[in-house]
Amino acid sequence: MGTHLTPKELERELRERSPESENLIRSLMSCDRRHFLKVTARFAALAAAAGVIQPHAFQLVEVASAATTPEAAPAVAFSFAYVSDSHLYARGMTHRFAKAAAKAVADVNALDPQPDFVLFGGDLAQLGRPDELDFGRQILKDLKAPLKMMVGEHDWYFDLGEKWREMFGPDRYSFDHKGVHFVVLNSVVEKDFWTANGFTPEQRMNIVAGLDDGRQSRFEVGEEQRDWLAKDLAKVPKTTPLIVFSHSPLYKYYRPWNFWTDDAEKVQALLFPFKNVTVIHGHTHQLLTNRIRNIAFHGMLSTAWPWPYAPTGLPKLTLQMERADPFDQFDACGDGTVDVLAKGGVDKHYNLWDRNPRIVAYADVLKGIKGGGPSY
Amino acid sequence: MTPLRSIGVAALVSAAALLSSALSHSAGTPGGAPLAERAERGAVDGYASRTVWACDRRKSVVVEGVRPDEKLPPRKAQQVASLLGDLMRFCNEEVVARISTQERITLSVNGLPYVDYVPGGPLPVELVHGKVIHTDRDRQIWKAELDKVVAEGDRLFHSDELGTNGIACAMCHPDAANTHPETYPKFQTQLKKVALLRDMVNWCIENPLEGKVLADDDPRMKALEAYILVKRGHVPLEPGKH
Repeated sequence: MGTHLTPKELERELRERSPESENLIRSLMSCDRRHFLKVTARFAALAAAAGVIQPHAFQLVEVASAATTPEAAPAVAFSFAYVSDSHLYARGMTHRFAKAAAKAVADVNALDPQPDFVLFGGDLAQLGRPDELDFGRQILKDLKAPLKMMVGEHDWYFDLGEKWREMFGPDRYSFDHKGVHFVVLNSVVEKDFWTANGFTPEQRMNIVAGLDDGRQSRFEVGEEQRDWLAKDLAKVPKTTPLIVFSHSPLYKYYRPWNFWTDDAEKVQALLFPFKNVTVIHGHTHQLLTNRIRNIAFHGMLSTAWPWPYAPTGLPKLTLQMERADPFDQFDACGDGTVDVLAKGGVDKHYNLWDRNPRIVAYADVLKGIKGGGPSY
Repeated sequence: MTPLRSIGVAALVSAAALLSSALSHSAGTPGGAPLAERAERGAVDGYASRTVWACDRRKSVVVEGVRPDEKLPPRKAQQVASLLGDLMRFCNEEVVARISTQERITLSVNGLPYVDYVPGGPLPVELVHGKVIHTDRDRQIWKAELDKVVAEGDRLFHSDELGTNGIACAMCHPDAANTHPETYPKFQTQLKKVALLRDMVNWCIENPLEGKVLADDDPRMKALEAYILVKRGHVPLEPGKH
């Protein structure tokens, strides 16, 4: 029954059945697009429970997603949140990047329930200065959940990570959490381009900070760190779900902007033996989805600014976001959460400020379809 | 004797040497007929031609109606030598002269269309841009001047000096990506008016960079526009789009 009801008939039917649906209908009519998904989901559940309509029939609300299938949501083992690429100058809380970072902290603190931990995805500072890193640490201090730090090239190339490691500890480490093995890498190692050219630490940092500055080297994890990774993974059963954090994407997207890790294939080779692998990376400041064999890759949003998509090399699984509106500081920026599924794999949430949220489901990545629907 | 005159004499001597040794080669004929076939047609064959090169290998005279393997009659040889001497006035240019069977002389300078030439008369060249023929050196100077402005634009685009908060244009626009100069002029919806590229540049300077807007004729604005346009020059024009 019910699948051929007109919207008017459906509305009447639901109104008669419960006062709660009356409220829902009202909120559905007045809500903005951002809350539309949330409300429609509840509406669908209510309609299904009332026996008025089959859950899949409700998918006629096309805005929900073109790709998401109406399967039951998989069980979530736990969630963590991420904040990334804040690029802070030590210029006080009135600076636009500081306001954006604080906004992300407030977002994460407002999550209920709280995430198990928060990953910071690198590029806390803009020019690697001790005062910038210190300023960033103070902003992140307000996070209620435990914080895991990852390093980015903007944190590193003023003093080659000295201050960062003093503040946050090792730049590569691993930990286990609720049956998942996590690895945090420093993927922004560059070959020495400064000594021979006589660049000062400041010049070195400025060159690396320039995304399109060809005087620098390409990012890599490096042999020494790959050896460390191999040893670390040797202890882990191949059936244990693996989640790897890297600042740069652990695949090759666009070399001129270092949307790239030079030894990506060698790192991937260490991950292939595992049944279930997710790589979550920063640096690219955009929605990105990729899959190579058993490895799912997800980009993180920046709090500071969005990068345009590169001219070539975009992974096929990426559903591109519409161009950002430069007149809206927060457009195409944001933070997000990651739902780690009980069966392994993750559903990646992009909490886009001033746009509809995007959720890239593990099921879609496995099927090789673009997930998440439009973000506008 | 002026240097120019001495070059002319050298060309003349060279041309004369070519005549006697028959070292020069035939240029292709308009009809494109095989060489053997052309040779059979004899001296009055309108499609036959013989090319004589000046010593600089940049001037040549195509004598029509003479086979490549045929010795030039003395009067024609003298005409070719005088013409090559004249052409040396073009110094750096590539010039092809043709002497038709009716003795009409036409010239093509640097691949431009053929024009009539009267020996001893003024050079039949459209002399614009200061009435000089452009040299490689000129072109190098112009390129260096252009590159200088573009390089300054590149520097400013990557520098924080246009703003007050450390932010630079390139932070959001690596390689001038997403600047879309090819879409201007257009109605910029956010500004609620028709904008040129410079208006958007100034908006970015004033807002994300928190700097002072540049005057339209500020050399820095010109440099920024030059850099953006050069970086995005391969993109087809789409005025008013996006």
